[in-house]
Amino acid sequence: MSNVPRELKDEIPSFEGAPARGDHGPIDWTALTSIRTARSAMEIGAIVALGAAVFFGLELILRWTDTPSYVFPKPVDVVKSLVSDFDDLYMHHLWVTMQEFLVGFAIGASIGLLLAALITQKPFAEKVIAPYVLIMVTTPMLALVPFLRLKLGFGAWPLIIAVALASGPMVMINAATGFRRTDLAKIALARSYGASTLQIFWKIRFPLALPMIIVGFMVGSIFGLLTAVGGEMVAASEAGGLGERLVYFSSLARMDQFGAVILIIATLGVSIYVLFYFIGKRWASWEA
Amino acid sequence: MVLTSVAVSTREKISVDGATKVYEARTGPVHALESFSVEIGEGEFVCILGPSGCGKTTLLWAMSGLHELTRGRILLDGRPVTGPRPDEIGLIFQEANLLPWRNLRQNLRFPFEIKRKRVDETRIDTLLRQTGLAGFESAYPRELSGGMQQRASIVRALAQDPAVLLMDEPFGALDAFTRDEMNLLLLNLWAESGKTIVFVTHNISEAIFLADRVVVMTPRPGRLARIFEIELPRPRTVDMTFEPGFIAQIQEIKRVVESGGSHGVEVE
Repeated sequence: MSNVPRELKDEIPSFEGAPARGDHGPIDWTALTSIRTARSAMEIGAIVALGAAVFFGLELILRWTDTPSYVFPKPVDVVKSLVSDFDDLYMHHLWVTMQEFLVGFAIGASIGLLLAALITQKPFAEKVIAPYVLIMVTTPMLALVPFLRLKLGFGAWPLIIAVALASGPMVMINAATGFRRTDLAKIALARSYGASTLQIFWKIRFPLALPMIIVGFMVGSIFGLLTAVGGEMVAASEAGGLGERLVYFSSLARMDQFGAVILIIATLGVSIYVLFYFIGKRWASWEA
Repeated sequence: MVLTSVAVSTREKISVDGATKVYEARTGPVHALESFSVEIGEGEFVCILGPSGCGKTTLLWAMSGLHELTRGRILLDGRPVTGPRPDEIGLIFQEANLLPWRNLRQNLRFPFEIKRKRVDETRIDTLLRQTGLAGFESAYPRELSGGMQQRASIVRALAQDPAVLLMDEPFGALDAFTRDEMNLLLLNLWAESGKTIVFVTHNISEAIFLADRVVVMTPRPGRLARIFEIELPRPRTVDMTFEPGFIAQIQEIKRVVESGGSHGVEVE
């Protein structure tokens, strides 16, 4: 599981603006957005065709081999379950996971961003804190969930805290990289017009750091989602959640429903990625 | 050493008096400037010429109040410069130094925002037209050519209407043709506005072409080597740079630069 974000971490930081360059990180999302030109329409066609081929190919193989659904669910049954049972079986749990994720990420990202802005002002503080941040980034925070459960009971807070602890440090190290980019000439420029230290921060340092902050949000949010779902698999709250459903459905061998939950989680992850991708394009496209 | 034996018809605008700067770098002290003195008259165009690393930028940053001197002082209108004087001084940097996340118009508004002043759009528009940048207001810096970027940075400074422009090798990164074009544009803007300009360069030909006086500095630590008065009539044209008198002037200045043991001064 930890392989996925690491890959993302290496690939995402390029918000290279011009579509002509064709460099858009791991996947060229412009294929999904600019449907005006014939070229893009063809690309979308190819993407859909590939998806359809995998979907129906799998369906066909499973039917041919007569594989029972508890061994491997048929894609059509998974989608059927997702559509017909969405309100009854999944909606509530999606909402539970979303709450844990959103609240945890909001707390973690704010603290991470604030700490990054503060410690980069003082190299000494940065050096002292760095090893601890590294520990937090490398430790899977979902391992803390059972412990937090014992301390904090069966509500949402243990998972919210785990999400915050997983996403915060990711936001922090990326944002710190951004805030450390000091462009002496630009600071001198602002100073020559009489800028205060606060103005230097908001008008020079912050915009300069923004691309890296957005990358931090993107990576941090994916980490947060993983922690929320994983934490639920380990020790969910009474309300359940998508991770808890994964454990539940697989223990009952209800693989159609299991597959539907996987689809929901995947959609959630991709949506978060796309959201930050477009935020990056909008606010950080200047960085060529 | 030649000091102010030059007949400047107007009153003195900037006075640099014994400017000395020693940086306390991590690797030890760096002696950038030593007892450098010069007087600059109001409305005068002065070029400061010297090899790379002779403290020219240090001098300019000290004049604009971005650096404190180790010894000596700088007076602007008779008052010591103790910090940035944004309403009186406009600093123009090597490279255009535009903010890449702002488009052209937003870049030109930047100084107004810092000063919390109402943006003078009329003045900006006039300057954009004068510099041939009208129509590019929404372009981002990376979409502009090097010459356009540098023109934009001049507009950014001029929009504040400072009495003094300090320019730090502004056209050093441009090709020779664009540089000629920019020099002519600068002379036009200067003739119209009557501003005092201190222009740092390591290009002898450029210095003579632009200046009323060329102040030659020695290699580090930067001291005053000599001041040359340029008799070239105005308005100046590129053709003048091919005349024998101009070339003789280049050779004369080059000799002084070389006797100072300078390296890296361009002769074009």
